[in-house]
Amino acid sequence: MASRPVAVTGIGLVTSLGKGAEANWQALAAGQSGIHRITRFPTDKLRTTIGGSVDFLLEGPFSATQLSFALAKTAASEAVAQSGIGTPGDFPGELFLASPPVEHEWPQRVRLDSQAPGQPHTYGGMMAAAAQAGEDLYLDFINGTIADRLADEFGTKGSPITLTTACASGATAIQLGVEAIRRGQTKAALAIGTDGSIHMEALIRFTLLSALSTNNEDPTKAARPFAKGRDGFVMAEGAGALVLEDAEAAKARGATILGYIRGVGEAADTFHRTRSNPNGEAIIRAISDALDDAGVSPADIDYINAHGTSTPENDKMEAFGIQAVFGDVAGSVPVSSNKSMIGHTLTAAGAVEAAISILTLQHQVLPPTINHEGPADIPLDFVPNEARTAEVDLILSNSFGFGGQNVCLVIGRNPD
Amino acid sequence: MTREVWITGQGLLSPLGQDLNETWDRLSDKAAIAAAADLAYLPPFTIMPMTLPALDRFVPKRGDQRAMGPFMLAGCVAAAMAMDEAGLLGAEADVLKQINLMVGVGGGERDEAVDEAILAVLNGRYDGEVLAEQLQTELRPTLFLAQLPNLFAGNISIVLGVSGSSRTFMGEEASGVDAVRVAYERIQGGQDDLFLVGSAFNAVRRDIPLLYQAGGYLLEDPALPFWRRPKAGMALGSAGAFLVIESRESAEARGARPLARLSGVLNDRCRRDPGQATANAAREWAMLAPKPGCAVLSGASGSGPATAEEHDFLMTKVQAEAAQVRPTAAALGHSIECSFLTNLVLATKAVQAGKLFPALTDDAVEAAPAADVTQAVVTTWGHRRGEGMALVERI
Repeated sequence: MASRPVAVTGIGLVTSLGKGAEANWQALAAGQSGIHRITRFPTDKLRTTIGGSVDFLLEGPFSATQLSFALAKTAASEAVAQSGIGTPGDFPGELFLASPPVEHEWPQRVRLDSQAPGQPHTYGGMMAAAAQAGEDLYLDFINGTIADRLADEFGTKGSPITLTTACASGATAIQLGVEAIRRGQTKAALAIGTDGSIHMEALIRFTLLSALSTNNEDPTKAARPFAKGRDGFVMAEGAGALVLEDAEAAKARGATILGYIRGVGEAADTFHRTRSNPNGEAIIRAISDALDDAGVSPADIDYINAHGTSTPENDKMEAFGIQAVFGDVAGSVPVSSNKSMIGHTLTAAGAVEAAISILTLQHQVLPPTINHEGPADIPLDFVPNEARTAEVDLILSNSFGFGGQNVCLVIGRNPD
Repeated sequence: MTREVWITGQGLLSPLGQDLNETWDRLSDKAAIAAAADLAYLPPFTIMPMTLPALDRFVPKRGDQRAMGPFMLAGCVAAAMAMDEAGLLGAEADVLKQINLMVGVGGGERDEAVDEAILAVLNGRYDGEVLAEQLQTELRPTLFLAQLPNLFAGNISIVLGVSGSSRTFMGEEASGVDAVRVAYERIQGGQDDLFLVGSAFNAVRRDIPLLYQAGGYLLEDPALPFWRRPKAGMALGSAGAFLVIESRESAEARGARPLARLSGVLNDRCRRDPGQATANAAREWAMLAPKPGCAVLSGASGSGPATAEEHDFLMTKVQAEAAQVRPTAAALGHSIECSFLTNLVLATKAVQAGKLFPALTDDAVEAAPAADVTQAVVTTWGHRRGEGMALVERI
């Protein structure tokens, strides 16, 4: 299946830890947390008051569309520049963008409502005000706009894809790019995952699902993937971008190859809207399919970049899935969660963590799972609290989403 | 590697009918079409609502019915109809694991009463403290899941057991085209065999019309001639449309009956500078190379000047190739993400029936003589972005 090796020739990163792959790597390797008190909106009355918001990119106020675009553009600019592919504004390949669904937010609703002629506080009133309220109220809130602007910015070819598979979205974007290159349909693809959607309603919606950590006292200690005291994920923002290329074409143009996407696997869970089947079937199938697609066995995997959200449910099921697939060797494969430091970047996570996996290969250092203290209830090696040097050739990166979408990537230093 | 792609299942819900055959029949019924337009729900605008069929046959569990709004339910029902026809509804888990789900959609409905109640409390002033308090007490936890676009596919997996994969594309008209295009490319390229592709759209909600009205796209007077309307020319219409598409090898191995062949799916995008969209359409038409006399199920939205530009493009095909054009939004309303899928289902029906329904407008673009339909072209000319085209052929 993996007949045309797919190379990674550029990466870009923005998270709450900072802008740029290098800045992020320094912080990750030092075990630093980017989680902080949310100041974007008042949180006094909220159960969760912390997050990994990216506050250094735009001057507020801004919508999720505006921030998600800015994050994506920043990460993609870095990735494209590093790859040296094409010329500015003329990327010779397709765009695959994982971005959060958008809709009017409360500032827009209030703006429309305050202009409504008659019928105050109704959709009817807002409808009457809409035509004169400004085209941004349309353009910034249709789902195609971010990709459309990125296509203009980078000059990607063809129909730009916008996709969502919840928390697996970033990995799905990479998967679509890999598939298109393997088909020989494109020589290059720009795969981006972006998420700038920490606004009040989004935070409260996740709170109402009891999905978020309420460990508010020390924000840097809130995300505790795989640890006993974990109580939910920490919402975060960021973007990861990868330039994917047909490896032969990349070599032919003299590009520096940072790593290879060796395998992709996906499986949908049919069990429940927010929980995975207790038998772990879909998680196991996604991991196994990714390994099969790469033509490798569990013993070949040197490190697992976990989904590791810090929710009781995900981490339990993920560890279960790893143990089921890796069997006897499960205890000897290091597993760590970047989310312990950057929080859960949701739509962006799969792409952010794939970019971090490339950095892991380059540096031959495993980023730690921080906040991993106290007695362990899961017998895996979670690279607790401190980064570790290691020989890493092959990484499994997991992404599992609400709604049952599971995608795994096998990322390697070598093409085979 | 290029492989033949067959359509083996189809499901359609529309303002004209609760299944494909009812819709097809009423496309020939001028009175039914006129009656489908609703001017009372969202005055002064025209929308085209639809009534869902009884849910129990396809979504038997009450809990599942409650977990979804009309948008997701329409998708679930249309998907079930397509699977039923393809002989996949209720299949063994090992078969369902082979089915890849690919959809192009937006998000689910909001609780509009809650929104209005919160707006009343805020009373025209954005106050974060007050909003926080209101949202925490008023929002229902489960509603979030009925709003997330990826849960459209997630619910289909849960209700119908489809578990091969689940991918959701977003971004208005183009997302529906790309869902089918990527599935088609994966089958043709030998990467996978069996796909459930589809979309749905609910026009009977207020947040989405509000968005398009903010862009100035909504139609007030349905009597305005379809092809020559101003920008405010879109009558939104509800829809649910799904297809099962698979490699010929997969269909033959399953003993599935082909309804039609899908012979090409293309999509592109431009900034809509003068002539760009026409150039995309012309290139796609040339690549698909339909025969003279083919049917064209146009996805024109009704919004000018894009619709007028598509008209002029199609007019050249009428004059040179006697193409039989039908702009289905004139009868069904425009279903944004679901427009392309709706027309693909109708194209599949048209090549099976060997004919089209009567002209929907009195424009010359629909005046080509009726001829045996063995090929049907489906177009998407997005209201703002996206130019897509597909070719469906009789087997």
